[in-house]
Amino acid sequence: MYPRKFDYTAPRTIADAVAALAGDEGAKVMAGGMSLLPLMKMRLLSPATIVDIGRIDGLDRIEDRGDHIAVGALVRHAETAASDLVQTHAPALARAASLTGDVQVRNKGTTCGSLAHADIAADQTAAVIALGATMVATGPGGTREIAAADFFVDTLTSALAPDEILTEVRIPKGGSGSAYDKLGRRGGRSDYAVAGAAAWVDKTNGSITAARVAVTGVGTKPMLVEAVGAALVGTDGSPEAIAAAAEHATEGVTLLEDLYGSEEYKAHLAKVYAARALTEALGG
Amino acid sequence: MTVNGTRYDRDVEPRTLLVHFLREELGLTGTHVGCDTSYCGACTVIVDGRSVKSCTYLAVAADGADVRTVEGVAVDGTLHPVQEGFWERHGLQCGFCTPGMIMSSVALLEQNPAPGEGEIRHAIEGNLCRCTGYHNIVRAVEYAAAKMRGEEPPAPDWEVPS
Ligand SMILES: Cc1cc2nc3c(=O)[nH]c(=O)nc-3n(C[C@H](O)[C@H](O)[C@H](O)COP(=O)(O)OP(=O)(O)OC[C@H]3O[C@@H](n4cnc5c(N)ncnc54)[C@H](O)[C@@H]3O)c2cc1C
Ligand code: FES
Ligand code: FES
Repeated sequence: MYPRKFDYTAPRTIADAVAALAGDEGAKVMAGGMSLLPLMKMRLLSPATIVDIGRIDGLDRIEDRGDHIAVGALVRHAETAASDLVQTHAPALARAASLTGDVQVRNKGTTCGSLAHADIAADQTAAVIALGATMVATGPGGTREIAAADFFVDTLTSALAPDEILTEVRIPKGGSGSAYDKLGRRGGRSDYAVAGAAAWVDKTNGSITAARVAVTGVGTKPMLVEAVGAALVGTDGSPEAIAAAAEHATEGVTLLEDLYGSEEYKAHLAKVYAARALTEALGG
Repeated sequence: MTVNGTRYDRDVEPRTLLVHFLREELGLTGTHVGCDTSYCGACTVIVDGRSVKSCTYLAVAADGADVRTVEGVAVDGTLHPVQEGFWERHGLQCGFCTPGMIMSSVALLEQNPAPGEGEIRHAIEGNLCRCTGYHNIVRAVEYAAAKMRGEEPPAPDWEVPS
């Protein structure tokens, strides 16, 4: 199936890409195209102009920046998943990337594209929230930083303005571990999350000093569930403490029933996966 | 772009998908279209060494790229070990999914010459088959992997009637 007609431009610099977006209300960024093109083929979306950022130099890197790592806008899921830097400093993100779609999707789709798309059931969204990441966006007015926890505004809606480009996501180093796990729509861990959770923890001298858990697939947007982390801090991170904290996994979440489960089932899964992610993040 | 080693210079409409460019513009109809949702993998080709779904790829975005399709896999009429494996181990029934399965398998074996059964199944997760139940496809890839390593392929798991 063909998309509707559109104009196509493939700028070489971020500045040119921003200019192309700013001058054209019907323009849309394309990175890997793995979410955009299916929508255009089904004609659910028909942008007047596609601004393909795929030929901009320097966005395809994962960099060590001392206190954080940065994943550029053109880094594909497969590269995020296989990166030593990501595996070492952000195992939750590496795992979430490795569970995104199938081999062909991971060879073309980008980590930043998945974040910008802000699907309610995407994997890497939950990981970057739990990891306390910062999104870096460039628009006509310059560059700004957005905390991952504030980035996912609503269903398929991020905090990006239409003329802004997400150039990289920065993940702070530190903490004692992180993890992501999900139930996939096609069973096992295959396809978008029916429910998934990412966890990041810091444990010092046998006691949890900080913890963040984010859930995806269960509500109107991927989100940080502060109550889980709060309940875990100060405990020893034992299985009992994890189970008690995971009970809070839907606090503040607007649950959403879909083809894959009722609100009740999703709430149950959120708790199960919050506990699993926490257990794995703590090395269990 | 270069397709199976031959360079083609064409002007295309931006909305032309790579799969339509290959099939309609170049007449390479081995690459199939099996769905509208980017899920089935029948359209899988290898672009710059990576397997991708050509139905979800703008032809203009492949400007300058090196593209390989199922037509380029056999060399001078000699089947590629993966093709031979599908033949020898009955890795197909209707054959609709086969070009995509072959391209995913070729890409897998280029990266991992000795995949275990689980790795093979994981590698073809993005390729749907309505006929075989996947079992013989896995055997076909194991056959090809052994052949490419210069080893004797595992025996078929059916008995030849005497
Ligand atoms: C068969 C299939 C299975 C999938 N399974 C999963 C799954 O299990 N889990 C999962 O999480 N996802 C899944 N996906 C979605 C996949 O992860 C997409 O690759 C990803 O959501 C989009 O990344 P992209 O680079 O392809 O972005 P594109 O499709 O190019 O863009 C998506 C949207 O984000 C915008 N955008 C992209 N990059 C930027 C940027 N740098 N700055 C500003 N805006 C930008 C675009 O304008 C567009 O609106 C699946 C997709 C397919 C086709
Ligand atoms: S035709 Fe089905 S994934 Fe491309
Ligand atoms: S052989 Fe018929 S779809 Fe696979």
